[in-house]
Amino acid sequence: MNNKKIYSRRAILAASAAAAGIALVKTTAGQLVHALVPGDKPPADPTTIQGVPSGKIGTRSPFEQLVKKPSDISARTPLQHLVGTMTPSDLHFERHHAGVPFIDPDRYQLLVHGMVSRPTVFTLSDLKRLPSFSRIAFLECSGNFRTGKERMTPQEVCGLTSQSEWTGVLLSTLFREVGIDPRASWFLAEGSDAAKMTRSIPVAKGIRDGMIAYGQNGEALRPEQGYPARLFLPGWEGNTSVKWIRRIEVSDQPFMTREETSKYTESIKGGKIRQFSFDMDARSIITFPAYPVKITKGWIEIRGIAWSGRGKITKVEISTDAGRHWAPALLQMPVLDMAHTYFRYIWKWNGEPTEIRSRAVDDTGYEQPTLDQLVAARGKEMGGYHLNPVTSWQIKRDGEVLLKPEKWK
Amino acid sequence: MTRIWITAILLLNIICGGCDQYATEEQNNPLFGLGVPATDTLIRKWDDDVRPDGKGFPAGEGDARSGKIVYSQKCASCHGANADDNTFGKLVSLPGDTSKSKSVGSYWPYASTVFDYIRRAMPFNAPGSLTNDEVYGLTAFILAGNSLIPDTVVLDASVIPKIQMPAMRKFVPDDRNGGFEVR
Repeated sequence: MNNKKIYSRRAILAASAAAAGIALVKTTAGQLVHALVPGDKPPADPTTIQGVPSGKIGTRSPFEQLVKKPSDISARTPLQHLVGTMTPSDLHFERHHAGVPFIDPDRYQLLVHGMVSRPTVFTLSDLKRLPSFSRIAFLECSGNFRTGKERMTPQEVCGLTSQSEWTGVLLSTLFREVGIDPRASWFLAEGSDAAKMTRSIPVAKGIRDGMIAYGQNGEALRPEQGYPARLFLPGWEGNTSVKWIRRIEVSDQPFMTREETSKYTESIKGGKIRQFSFDMDARSIITFPAYPVKITKGWIEIRGIAWSGRGKITKVEISTDAGRHWAPALLQMPVLDMAHTYFRYIWKWNGEPTEIRSRAVDDTGYEQPTLDQLVAARGKEMGGYHLNPVTSWQIKRDGEVLLKPEKWK
Repeated sequence: MTRIWITAILLLNIICGGCDQYATEEQNNPLFGLGVPATDTLIRKWDDDVRPDGKGFPAGEGDARSGKIVYSQKCASCHGANADDNTFGKLVSLPGDTSKSKSVGSYWPYASTVFDYIRRAMPFNAPGSLTNDEVYGLTAFILAGNSLIPDTVVLDASVIPKIQMPAMRKFVPDDRNGGFEVR
């Protein structure tokens, strides 16, 4: 709780003992005010007692315990607890290769060199003075599919996707500033983390819609998302949007870094390995009802998100009978390019066991495949990246909602 | 000169009356001129990537024997005494290894990547601490362990680009394109 900053701990303890639920506390200015103390209960009638005064920073209600699900190398967004399409910045998924670096924005430098006529170093304030561009878009890790047991939440199945409004300077602007060589075809993006993580990116993508982002949802990037500046490539696998970017080297060939050869490549049929598979294909997931909620008979609004790295979602279909019949869900407008799109579908559950699932279609005509279709296309040895299968939830007779686990190996 | 530009921009704005003024201004403006020229010192300090064609490799050399000594001191605790431990990614497929787990020998398409990654990110607890000779030696140790080069080969900037990696023939570009076909 941010209130800790303005209330001394001793004052809170003393006041808590005197008043149950709401505490009388002393601010650092010596004023006595009421405050909700974490762990305490709210008053029975909030209209009979003065509330907490305004503060310097907003708080999340102590009743909303939203947390990411962290591992050593990643942390997943709690999709089942979110509504609408935006991800609160503190719940944006994380995936990093050498931890989150601690960077002084005043010492930040972005070096652009290689096949350019004016190798240049930009400070953060230089970047912010250049024309400022904003867009709402999802960011998804390409290794974003887990299955295998019934008690899995959407967060565990595919919580490595999040959505923000990103603000920054377009790469087309930066490339124009440094005088990019017209023969250039690739550039290397390097982070300032302890892995100095690098990816090779086609210049064409950079010029089309790439940006150096310094803003996320109206404020500076979070350190976990690349503070003070990152590459952002809408619609492409998250790893290419190199965080904490410090260097761009323009070239006429890819650099074949570790993250584009031994990682972020996937086995497909015939013993082949697919490389530079950048685009995130269309996908959807029902986030309500989903494990661990339990439902009761009657009207239920099925809700979820759909997205495509290739453009707009044009249709999401819902099946409430294990895939036998499909009907279109309502798409929440406006539907944006390369963005999470909220969908809703009214359903009356009659109390019989069944399965519900969603499938997305994008404006290239691509329809989200089943895992069987992916295996048919890529073979049993297919790799773990770029798996976007239809996800099914089993509705049990007692109203329990469980993931339908799948196997392909 | 500046005055000529300003006049030109004003004229263009009048001519372009109906088009998007913002876009017109940015397209016709001289450069914003932000940032400072990058010094060679900074470029040399930061530009440490190497490419498959040999561009970027530094001076220095090392062989599997010198690499093995560095490996046992700085790498074996995570990657195993024989570099075949898969906890943090298997580096070496020893002769007779029939498992399908990826290793440098079975999956990595370019030898340059081994050098580049060790130099940029390893060892995990002290990245950037290895000398170029040590990185050449470690690269040789890993390649030799996978039987990709003889134990005796001394690696340097001219040798690594010539090493053929068997996995390279497996790599194909992305053939997914959206549309009706699942790929």
